[in-house]
Amino acid sequence: MSHEDDVEGGADRDPDAGETPAMEATRYADGSITYPGHPIGPDGAEPVGTVDLSEYTATVVTWTTSTAPPPGVDAPNHLAIVAFDIDGEAVQALGQLTTDEVAIGDEVTPVYAPELRDPAAGIREAKSQDWDGYRFEPV
Amino acid sequence: MTEFGQRDAWVRELLAEAGAACLAEAGVAPDAVEHCYVSNMASGEFEGMTGVPNALAHDLGCLPAYTQRVDQTSSSGGAGMYAAWQSIASGASEMTLLVGGEKMTHRSTSEATDVIASLTHPVEYKHGVTLPSFAGLTARLYLDQYDATRESLGKVAVKNHKNGVDNPHAQFRKEVDLETVLQSPIVADPLRLYDFCPITDGSAALLFCPESVAKEYTDEYVVIAGVGGATDTHVVHERSDPTVMNGVVESGRKAYEMSGYDPDDIDVAELHDMFTILEFLQMEGLGFADPGEAWRAIEAGRTERDGDLPINTSGGLKSKGHPLGASGVAQGYEIYKQLLGEAGPRQVDADVGLACNVGGFGNCVITTIMEASA
Repeated sequence: MSHEDDVEGGADRDPDAGETPAMEATRYADGSITYPGHPIGPDGAEPVGTVDLSEYTATVVTWTTSTAPPPGVDAPNHLAIVAFDIDGEAVQALGQLTTDEVAIGDEVTPVYAPELRDPAAGIREAKSQDWDGYRFEPV
Repeated sequence: MTEFGQRDAWVRELLAEAGAACLAEAGVAPDAVEHCYVSNMASGEFEGMTGVPNALAHDLGCLPAYTQRVDQTSSSGGAGMYAAWQSIASGASEMTLLVGGEKMTHRSTSEATDVIASLTHPVEYKHGVTLPSFAGLTARLYLDQYDATRESLGKVAVKNHKNGVDNPHAQFRKEVDLETVLQSPIVADPLRLYDFCPITDGSAALLFCPESVAKEYTDEYVVIAGVGGATDTHVVHERSDPTVMNGVVESGRKAYEMSGYDPDDIDVAELHDMFTILEFLQMEGLGFADPGEAWRAIEAGRTERDGDLPINTSGGLKSKGHPLGASGVAQGYEIYKQLLGEAGPRQVDADVGLACNVGGFGNCVITTIMEASA
């Protein structure tokens, strides 16, 4: 099984070549999309492709400012859950905000950050996951 | 159960303290214990101590009892109650000792928060998400979606602190007023310091056995009428409505179905108020209030000790404290005391009680319904 065959957006970009990595969501056989992807989709459907969410804007579902972030994260840490509309299919994501000048319902765009958190500071093994990703910036 | 709070004892000592007290109170000899379960989330991460069920069984003289650790993050205690009930219901054991415990306060708040946040998915963890920040995100959405007021969340803290004053095991035995709650420092906007439970050391224990065995020891015991467990998404933002905790809904549905009771039959409840907003979300998920309406119950005083549905008479996690693996067991201990009429100044009129223990941010949930013996 391969879900690399049906790539939408820029999910095939090469970070080693200096290209910004994709914010890769997974599309399933039933049309649903999740971020992150899972080996099996919400209703048991197989992954069939990916979608680069960084090429879309999203709407703020809710947000908070955390004044007591964990080790390796700058305070205050502005966070939001945002909703993308990918051709009528809803997919949500969570991420840092670039500002607290935001409200529920605002439109935001993903902005790449090479390191969201100091990998060496927290309890999780640094090599067990990646640490770059996308913050959300009001449009 | 032990006193909750900042303790000098380490996890092995805390577990032994609660376990020994439980056996002594019940008059059960250590060698009568056939299964010994320990509910604990992270003794390895917090203090470098693993193998705690083995240690406990040895310390209490329960050898050669079968031992098992139950880890379901913050709902480890509730999951331990489920496992202990299963051990009896299956016939695998006729006397199971369940001890939940955690040692946390030697860690800084930042470190302890990170240990707990390690349950999150990598796409969440790298953004510095903590459980309190999930609470802030959800509280803002709840206040935006519904007519609830910020003050109503604060009143949860006021109520539970008031209840905790009368609990000798509680970490904070002092009342707080609404102004203090609403003026306290912001932790995860719009939630403030007093919307959150503390970091706590402590342990609690319960014994499980068939009724026929219980009657050999006492005429006064409590029966597990129903228990249900359920799991929601690991990735919190994948829930279409973050103010709905499907794990609570499903675990409650199973517990109600097994017990034959419905929400109107519950006389007292211990809910997982790790954050004030969680008390509302569990009330709604368990059918005590319609979606978006739980806040009206506290405004009307219904969940006070003298209300028609007293919630968190123990002081809840908010006042009693939240030593992760111990909390679900301590919820069961409070319901046990209430149903036997042994809750002292916290006593309410109750024949049927419910405990809801939440792991993660609603990721794993155990609901247990208990009734007084006939």
